[in-house]
Amino acid sequence: MATARCLEFVVEDGTEDMPRRLAGALEPRFTVIQETRGPARQVWLDTFDRRLQAAGLVLRQVTASHSAELVLSTSAGADLASQRLTPPRWPRRLDAIPDGPVRARLDPVVGIRALLPLARAEGSLTRLRVLDGEAKTVARITVDAASLVRPVAGPLPRRLMIAPVRGYQEAADRAARLLTAAGVLSPAERPAFQSVLDAAGPGPGDAAGGAGAALSPEMPAHTALAGVLQRLAGTITANVGFVIRDVDAEFLHDLRVAVRRTRSVLKLAGDALPGGLAARFAPEFKWLGDLTTPVRDLDVYLAGFDAMATGLSAASPGDLEPLRAHLAGRRAVERRRLVRGLRSARFAGLMAGWRAALDEVAAQDAGAGSDVGTLAARRIARAYRRVIRLGSAIAAAEDAGTAPPAEDLHSLRKRCKELRYLLETFRPLYDPAAYGRAVKDLRGLQDVLGEFQDSEVQRAAIRGFAEQMLAPPAAPTRIQHANGKPSAGEAKPGELAATLLAMGELSARLDQRQRRARRQVAGRFAEFAGAGTLRTLGIRTRAARA
Amino acid sequence: MRVFATYNIKGGVGKTSAAVNLAYLSAAAGYRTLLWDLDPQAAASYVLRVKPRVKGGAKALVRGARPLDDAIKGTDFDGLDLLPADFTYRNMDLALHAAKRPTRQLSRLLGPLAAEYDVVFLDCPPSISLVSENILQAVHTLLVPLIPTTLSERTFDQLTSFIGGQDGRRPQVLAFFSMVDRRKRLHRDITARLPAERTDIAAAVIPAMTVVEQMAVRRAPVPAFAPRSAAAARYRELWEELQVRAGLDGPG
Repeated sequence: MATARCLEFVVEDGTEDMPRRLAGALEPRFTVIQETRGPARQVWLDTFDRRLQAAGLVLRQVTASHSAELVLSTSAGADLASQRLTPPRWPRRLDAIPDGPVRARLDPVVGIRALLPLARAEGSLTRLRVLDGEAKTVARITVDAASLVRPVAGPLPRRLMIAPVRGYQEAADRAARLLTAAGVLSPAERPAFQSVLDAAGPGPGDAAGGAGAALSPEMPAHTALAGVLQRLAGTITANVGFVIRDVDAEFLHDLRVAVRRTRSVLKLAGDALPGGLAARFAPEFKWLGDLTTPVRDLDVYLAGFDAMATGLSAASPGDLEPLRAHLAGRRAVERRRLVRGLRSARFAGLMAGWRAALDEVAAQDAGAGSDVGTLAARRIARAYRRVIRLGSAIAAAEDAGTAPPAEDLHSLRKRCKELRYLLETFRPLYDPAAYGRAVKDLRGLQDVLGEFQDSEVQRAAIRGFAEQMLAPPAAPTRIQHANGKPSAGEAKPGELAATLLAMGELSARLDQRQRRARRQVAGRFAEFAGAGTLRTLGIRTRAARA
Repeated sequence: MRVFATYNIKGGVGKTSAAVNLAYLSAAAGYRTLLWDLDPQAAASYVLRVKPRVKGGAKALVRGARPLDDAIKGTDFDGLDLLPADFTYRNMDLALHAAKRPTRQLSRLLGPLAAEYDVVFLDCPPSISLVSENILQAVHTLLVPLIPTTLSERTFDQLTSFIGGQDGRRPQVLAFFSMVDRRKRLHRDITARLPAERTDIAAAVIPAMTVVEQMAVRRAPVPAFAPRSAAAARYRELWEELQVRAGLDGPG
């Protein structure tokens, strides 16, 4: 269906006498009738990482006179779909929205992320209809007189929108021209949503800047690193509240990425920070990383559970249900531990101390330390050489027909990650195209090493889960769900046997996957080694060694 | 997407009234609904205040020169769109005949609309032709308005045996008594007897009432301009029954 063009205007003065003023401008060509007028609440929604905005979409919940609907429109203001709903308490994941035209369009964009309220407005909505000579409705007019109430209180421009009825764009355009010519309204220069965003200020996710700090090569290394780390600390802090409320699994993922990047910077370039800062804080960030690992691992299992179950051939997908219940139970336990940790004085102290220490570093004079351009080149070159050295040894062993031990492949994966984090940390220092190519070359190798390692870890985990499920009922893994259903520990012997057999099949499939990945490592490494990453980034090896 | 058609070989039996009122009720229940006025007399288009004109006419639609999507018009009612009639629909048989697999063309044309609509109603012209064969291939349920007379009963028998003799897909048939006048003994007798003999007759009965004739004056569906009328209540009963028989399990 072609998207209808919606026309938007600003009403400079009051909206009180609007039907009469509109009628004056549109008659005799059109008739205007008022349908409804009353108080309305509007909530604008998007994900933490603004997926809808990136896709050019605006989602609004409009509640007026005991009914609520979700309206999805383009960022230019053209309505795409609407759907009635019982308003949930936001933030919620998409499953809070019943199936329907809005949900269908949101699914591929929003995915697993929750929708958060960006802004709330209250005021009045007046709905009118524009009729042609046949008394047929050709356009609908909405007059929106609202003020922002959250996150801050403030006025919004009074707006009038003309939306054509399908197939009547020409008539709606003509009505808009008549209104403009009569001087009743002036065309809106910015879409309504932009005015809301401007008035609302930064959203909850806007503090989470990630590694995109502003860097220039001549900055003192310690100042630049402090900036990068401050942004990462901002990401950690911005995500914590959502992790505690379990809004969606991606908040924990983003928090973990920020912690891992922080740890990598401390490990690989921490010596450029003064006062033994890296040595002081590294153990605390390791604690934080470890605290978050179990829940994340279980999230990954649960998210991929259906795909894993449908791939079974000998066992039936239903056989794995007790495993799902077991994983959900484990997650509940681990989440309580995670939340305790994130609410602890230790975590609060870590973040407060860390940010204060970084502020001090940023305020220090340049001193005799190197600039960040030189530091980045040196550290990237060093990490790159480590990857090449270890990868070459693995490839040589493969050539000689002796399969290198799994630990070597695991080490290579870690070295690749270090290189990747350095590239990401110092990204603003390099040409975007060169950076993109360097990351792409590395990603090919990382993917296959990840597949190898993940298969190994998952196999070990399945074994661990099997042992937990076989543990006697009094064991701590026996969990009663919130909904009162029995946990895996209470599965009948027949069911448990079927589940364990299905888990055996999963384990065998992971083994096959791991073997396949192992066979690909040497080839992918050769591609990476031949790509000349340092040359791509313009890092001269000799200078970088200096 | 569920496709329903109001169909009878005879004219003037209440096809258009049923199509417009049921399509309105479907949209009001939250189903994204399209009504396609296939009758060149364009009564449904008139009631819904849409000009009976499709650029390029029947030929352009059947040949695919103009996508169905382009010709659709919004009505005054939320969730209800109309594909208007066009006078060239009187020659639709010729256009269909020129196409490959001439009995499957309506089905093919409706296919792409499945993403946009939950329910489609076809308001069919009174005839038995290539258009009718296309309709039988395209619909899930054929709604047949029956005036309770002996001749109508005979026509319904002819129709069901015609459908029974069709190759391929056969739609579900649901007849309902239409324009029933309780003052007439024959009407009373047939509406009492026939549902006991056949399972393909709806329990809901649409009476002959002025308010139904008023649709053409008010140019709106009965439940929209006279929601509390007895006729609106009967159409609601018919819609409820249709939902159950067609297995519609709620919008979205």
